Amino acid sequence: MLQTLIPLAVDALANAALIFFVAVGLTLVFSVLRILNVAHGSFYSIGAYVAASVGLWIVGAGLPDWLTFPALFLSAAVVAAILGPLLEKTLVSWTYGKSEAVQVLVTFALFLILEDLQRIVFGVQSVYQDTPMAMLGISEIGGIVYLNYQLLLIGFAAALLIALRIFITRSRTGRLLAAVVADREVSEALGIDTKRMFMIAFTLGVFLAALGGALATPTTGVSPGLGADTMVLAFAVAAIGGLGQVEGAAIASVIVAAAKVLAIYFAPSLDAVAPYLVMLAVLLVKPYGLFGSGSTRKI
Amino acid sequence: MKRSALVTAAALLILALAPLALPFLQFVLTIAIAKGFAALGVALLLRAGLISLGHAMFYAIGAYAAAFMATTLGITDFALLIIGSTAISAFFGVLFGLFLVRYRAIFFAMLNLAVSMVIYALASKLYGITGGTDGLRVAVPTVFGMTLEKSSFDGLLYYTAIVLVALLGYLVHRYLKSPLGHALSAVHSNEVRLEYLGVSAWSTLLTAYGISAALAGVGGAIAALSIGHVLPEFAFWTESGHLVLTAVLGGIAGIAGPFLGSVFLEIVHTVAVGYAAEAWNMIVGIALLVVIFFLPRGLFGLFERLVGRKSTDGEPTL
Repeated sequence: MLQTLIPLAVDALANAALIFFVAVGLTLVFSVLRILNVAHGSFYSIGAYVAASVGLWIVGAGLPDWLTFPALFLSAAVVAAILGPLLEKTLVSWTYGKSEAVQVLVTFALFLILEDLQRIVFGVQSVYQDTPMAMLGISEIGGIVYLNYQLLLIGFAAALLIALRIFITRSRTGRLLAAVVADREVSEALGIDTKRMFMIAFTLGVFLAALGGALATPTTGVSPGLGADTMVLAFAVAAIGGLGQVEGAAIASVIVAAAKVLAIYFAPSLDAVAPYLVMLAVLLVKPYGLFGSGSTRKI
Repeated sequence: MKRSALVTAAALLILALAPLALPFLQFVLTIAIAKGFAALGVALLLRAGLISLGHAMFYAIGAYAAAFMATTLGITDFALLIIGSTAISAFFGVLFGLFLVRYRAIFFAMLNLAVSMVIYALASKLYGITGGTDGLRVAVPTVFGMTLEKSSFDGLLYYTAIVLVALLGYLVHRYLKSPLGHALSAVHSNEVRLEYLGVSAWSTLLTAYGISAALAGVGGAIAALSIGHVLPEFAFWTESGHLVLTAVLGGIAGIAGPFLGSVFLEIVHTVAVGYAAEAWNMIVGIALLVVIFFLPRGLFGLFERLVGRKSTDGEPTL
């Protein structure tokens, strides 16, 4: 029994880790900017494409293989540093205070534009670059074989969750963000540069999504349509956890990934339905998510 | 009033004559009308300030209903297929609406998305029933007992679609002018005050949701019969996004807006495929941004400005 359960659990947690990176970015952006960013999934796939391309270049140029690890993080950081401030300053900031319909439409337009830009820049073939995973190899504990890369992913996600909590409660910028989330007007009256806070939050969101994509490439590769698929999955997780809830997103990613893995194991035809069935079931009982509420927003 | 009826009649006439000049336009315009119906349904909800990110599910339900009735139930008459699919869509609209219309703003959008993704995933996974990702084929239906060639049926379907635009467009127009229709815009402007007047926002929205699902269903059925094939992609969330986009691009103030937006998009699409297939989504995305930034009342508003009709106060905008 344990022989089957433990690998399943590791698989589910590794899946959950990747989903968590995207969903927590989405939920963070929502809680600070109060915008549901439909283009968020595109940052995931852009991060994936850039990381895979950089990885292929490193291997192709004969540089040492271990460089592919820092390259994953560097790719995500570069994507965030370029796209984050640029998009926030131009398109996204224009929608502040507009109706939800306008916000959703503007980000949907952005999604369409980014999808085609990816096709033009990276082509339509799928890109696969698994050096980081191959390098780490496998380990065998008690007769069960694990992919070390999967264990690493789980560790990263746990570290991110703790880091985010410390960032929000301890660091100056994090506390200012929390203040903006709690009350935008009062924060502004107290002299907090809310515009700067919005840009920081949006860029952080882009970074987390791009990092999720970059870390996913060694296991799954990247192909067109990834952004759209990731988007709905991130929606589902953010909605289950409650929009704006960091810990909620973490728990929801585990629930969704577990549902997916269990479905693959017991009812393979239902694996794609599982996340949305969970989402529907949760939202029917708690429409604002497990930890969310309709009025207050927290991070 | 007189003038707008005249303009509408002229537009429908142009629509009816267009395929005579350019035969390839017939299929393009049939699909444009089909999507126009779905976009009109989305526009109704937008009047109430509700954005549905899952409305393509009713388009898909209409399409799959037509396919099911034709293959499993052996209903071959095209009129029955369209009416039946519409009824089934409306039924699901009311069923889902029962709990969906309790929510507002982003939660309404997300719950619609959730339901539509369940429909999408079921359609693509239940291979035995829905044909999985291969979809279902729809044979050419009979017309009041007559068997037609595919090409003559397509012609008939096209003119039926135009008649339906006029007929259903008029009905929706009457609905929007009725107290129930005015209550719909009132949900957007001040829901609390509406409730104090003794009007239930819930039942107002449920009616609108049912009607919008029925409209999307008509569109889905027309598309299924025209393409002869239904696919799970009909229900994917990006399709729902495109429907909202079409409605806003055309303008949500009048009945004609969503159809205008849809015809415009389909024609631009047909042209763009030849020159810039890779950049099609980008073109649409930029067009949408231009409309949102510069034409808040959509192409329809632009058209009205050109013919010199002043926009009236109190018309819905986003």
